[in-house]
Amino acid sequence: MRRVLPVVIVALAALLGVALAAAMLALPPHAVRLPDDVAANIAVSGVAHPITAVLLNFRGYDTLLEIAVLLLALFGVLALVKSHAARAAHPAHPLLQTLARLLAPLMVLVAGYLLWVGASAPGGAFQAGAVLAAAGVLLRLAGLLPAWAAPALLLRVGLVLGLLVFIAVAAAVLGHATLLTYPPALAGGLILTIEAALTLSIGLTLAALYLASTEVRP
Amino acid sequence: MSAALAFDLLIIAALVWSAARALIVADLFRGVVLFIVFGLLMALAWARLGAPDIALAEAAIGAGLTGALLLDAVGHLRAKREPEA
Repeated sequence: MRRVLPVVIVALAALLGVALAAAMLALPPHAVRLPDDVAANIAVSGVAHPITAVLLNFRGYDTLLEIAVLLLALFGVLALVKSHAARAAHPAHPLLQTLARLLAPLMVLVAGYLLWVGASAPGGAFQAGAVLAAAGVLLRLAGLLPAWAAPALLLRVGLVLGLLVFIAVAAAVLGHATLLTYPPALAGGLILTIEAALTLSIGLTLAALYLASTEVRP
Repeated sequence: MSAALAFDLLIIAALVWSAARALIVADLFRGVVLFIVFGLLMALAWARLGAPDIALAEAAIGAGLTGALLLDAVGHLRAKREPEA
């Protein structure tokens, strides 16, 4: 029985794979040409890069909900953290500490660049936030940051800022048209405002997912 | 066979190999390292497919942050097991 079961599972998985491939091949080619629609409307989106235009303008609602989901995930992690006592960091090897101290400002700079360049080239809030979070994880591993089991007020504000700014902008443009339809003249500025707040919040949230769950080894 | 096609075939082979190894290897630590390798190769594949946005996100979140979290979880599991052993 124990020998047969893996074979059965592999066979079923292979069958599912073949069925999915057959379903993909049966799809009509280019039923909807979304890239053409994006290219046709890129002028009113406020940004020059199609991915950013889709994420923050044409499908801004999806991004808004994604940020909320990310925040909920952090709430889940914080609820599972057993001890809320402030935990000091382990001092790591001096070489790692020096390297982390040198790299962290550079990573903040790279995050700022990715945020800015997102308007016209690959980049944007998620990538910039991930770089910020990586800087936080690096500082934690080097023993330069304490764990965030009980975030203080300033950190909490930073965590929810992106979502709040996003909702505030969505509410502000509600009178103009449907939800998250920016006036074309203001779209660029609004998207940059949202993305700047999102970068900070995404960076803090992703870092907190790591920093809240790491405790001193028992 | 052009160099680009050979490179793509190499990425595909390495992706399938690292994915399979990450799933079946007995040692958890090795599995996590293979998962990170898979993420970095996947980022390369996205870049080859002309999707640099997804490649950036995959490298940063898929390989980097998830890898760090998984490594930390392996460390916790080891610390839990050691007093019993």
